[in-house]
Amino acid sequence: MQYLEISNTGRRTTKAIYLGEADHLSFKICHFIFVLTDQSPRIFHQQKTSSTTSSNMTDVFNFGVKPIVCHAWNHDRTQVALSPNNNDVQIYEKSGRKWNLIHTLSEHTLNVTGIDWAPKTNRIVTCGADRNAYVWQLKDGVWCQELVILRINRAATCVRWSPEEDKFAVGSSSRMISVCYFEADNNWWVSKHIKKPIRSTIVSLDWHPNNVLLAAGCCDYKAYVFSAYIREINPKPGPTVWGKKMTFGMLMQEFAMPCTGWVHGVAFSPSGDRLAMVSHGSIVSVAAGGKELVSLRTEHLPFNSCLWLTEQSMVAGGHDCNPMLFNVDGGCDSVKFVCKMDQPPKDGGAGRTVSAMSMFKMMDKKGAVEATGTEVETKHKNAIIQIRQFAVNKFSTCGKDGNVVVWDGKSLESAIAEMKIV
Amino acid sequence: MSTTLRPYLNAVRATLNAAMCLENFNSQIVERHVKPEVEVKTSKELLLTPLVIARNDKEKVLIESSINSIRMSIAVKQADEIEQILCQKFMRFMMMRAENFVVLRRKPVEGYDISFLITNFHTEQMLKHKLVDFVIHFMEEIDKEISEMKLAVNARARIVAEEFLKRF
Repeated sequence: MQYLEISNTGRRTTKAIYLGEADHLSFKICHFIFVLTDQSPRIFHQQKTSSTTSSNMTDVFNFGVKPIVCHAWNHDRTQVALSPNNNDVQIYEKSGRKWNLIHTLSEHTLNVTGIDWAPKTNRIVTCGADRNAYVWQLKDGVWCQELVILRINRAATCVRWSPEEDKFAVGSSSRMISVCYFEADNNWWVSKHIKKPIRSTIVSLDWHPNNVLLAAGCCDYKAYVFSAYIREINPKPGPTVWGKKMTFGMLMQEFAMPCTGWVHGVAFSPSGDRLAMVSHGSIVSVAAGGKELVSLRTEHLPFNSCLWLTEQSMVAGGHDCNPMLFNVDGGCDSVKFVCKMDQPPKDGGAGRTVSAMSMFKMMDKKGAVEATGTEVETKHKNAIIQIRQFAVNKFSTCGKDGNVVVWDGKSLESAIAEMKIV
Repeated sequence: MSTTLRPYLNAVRATLNAAMCLENFNSQIVERHVKPEVEVKTSKELLLTPLVIARNDKEKVLIESSINSIRMSIAVKQADEIEQILCQKFMRFMMMRAENFVVLRRKPVEGYDISFLITNFHTEQMLKHKLVDFVIHFMEEIDKEISEMKLAVNARARIVAEEFLKRF
């Protein structure tokens, strides 16, 4: 038995017991495994749950380490409903600077995929991978659910209340959209299907402000605008730029993405005359009603969601962990990238330089001198999944890192030189 | 590090970065299931174009991506028989312990030596840039280790031969 010293370029020197000829190969392998596990993938742990850091531009709320797949605010933004990537919906209430868990809605049997909170009627609709949707109503301080039969045979993927809150739409993996409304005679939610010409999973939905038109982003590289006019409950809609005749399920317009890419997000502008789409090819597209698609190919990673701040400015966020602002000109002829909205402080300061202490810490922790892969400097440490309207000029994002961040457009505009919301 | 290795690894890193934009996706085919689409290949529209990055005809990387998973396969340089044997033993050793490596696949894709399968569940649990770092680090180390092992084997053979021939 003898000791053998192996130094491995820059890493820690290892003294190991060298047993003899036959073990030479396996010893080398063990050593390699040892070195590898220093760098091998590991589950990262964040600090305590429910912490808040804020400035006048952003508020970062942390809700644990699990990804937040969807979130929705109540009417006065004092409560938030979110799903931590499991079958529960958690409702948090803000008290001071903390968020307290006040309700847990656990009726779904598989992951919750969509939540929407109707501000006026104070109802929550949730949908999940178990193919069900529930409408929740607050009765004497308890949320009571009503099952909605969607008549789909695959997972539901997203859900949205209509602006009038008399119906909602659910996208699904069974290649259809269920539009559900309440039938008072039967005391029952009824669903109607839009099937044609959808050829793959619906991943995003948005309602037109006129309560009739519905935009859908689909995995068959297309975005659609459908009519979801339901004769039983809605008055006859007036004409829009998207068309005059609107029977249920009618395809008003269809947009094929310029290169193959799943349409992760769709959003109608506040007036409803424009539709924004983000697709997996990192492309941001805008179309005015009845006109051609205008696209901008960006150098960033794909976007997951988009939202209009004004009639000409929209924000998109995704795998770059950074919401980005895009401006569209008045005639809807071009899309322009403006800036990233999450910019690290420029001054650097003492915290940014590598101190001797951090170097030794790093050597101790990882056996490496240099820090491989610098820290993510954005507020979101992992991809943004969903963007929601928070208030006028304010929006909130939720991400895979368990954070919900509220962004203030106006104060960001004054802080970032090139940023301009028109 | 040789002059061609750096751009090769940079290309792999950039590609992985772009490919690893995954999201949760429930199967369109099987009810209540989530399947790695890159493995099952049941829906054509959910797959992206596979990509091969090659340093030379022996050393290459195949990256196949889909909406909720990517599969990355590496062909390691094997110049002679010793390297072939070493590589084979080495990969076998690792793949037998695949679950300890989380993202390792138990069998390599045809024509490659080792494969990783990274799904949206991995990117949810782990930081994406660390995952990319891990793969790149793995690629850097594997060549180094194999050539070191080869040297060690040769040196040992020489000593053994010397010892043996001393008797005559």
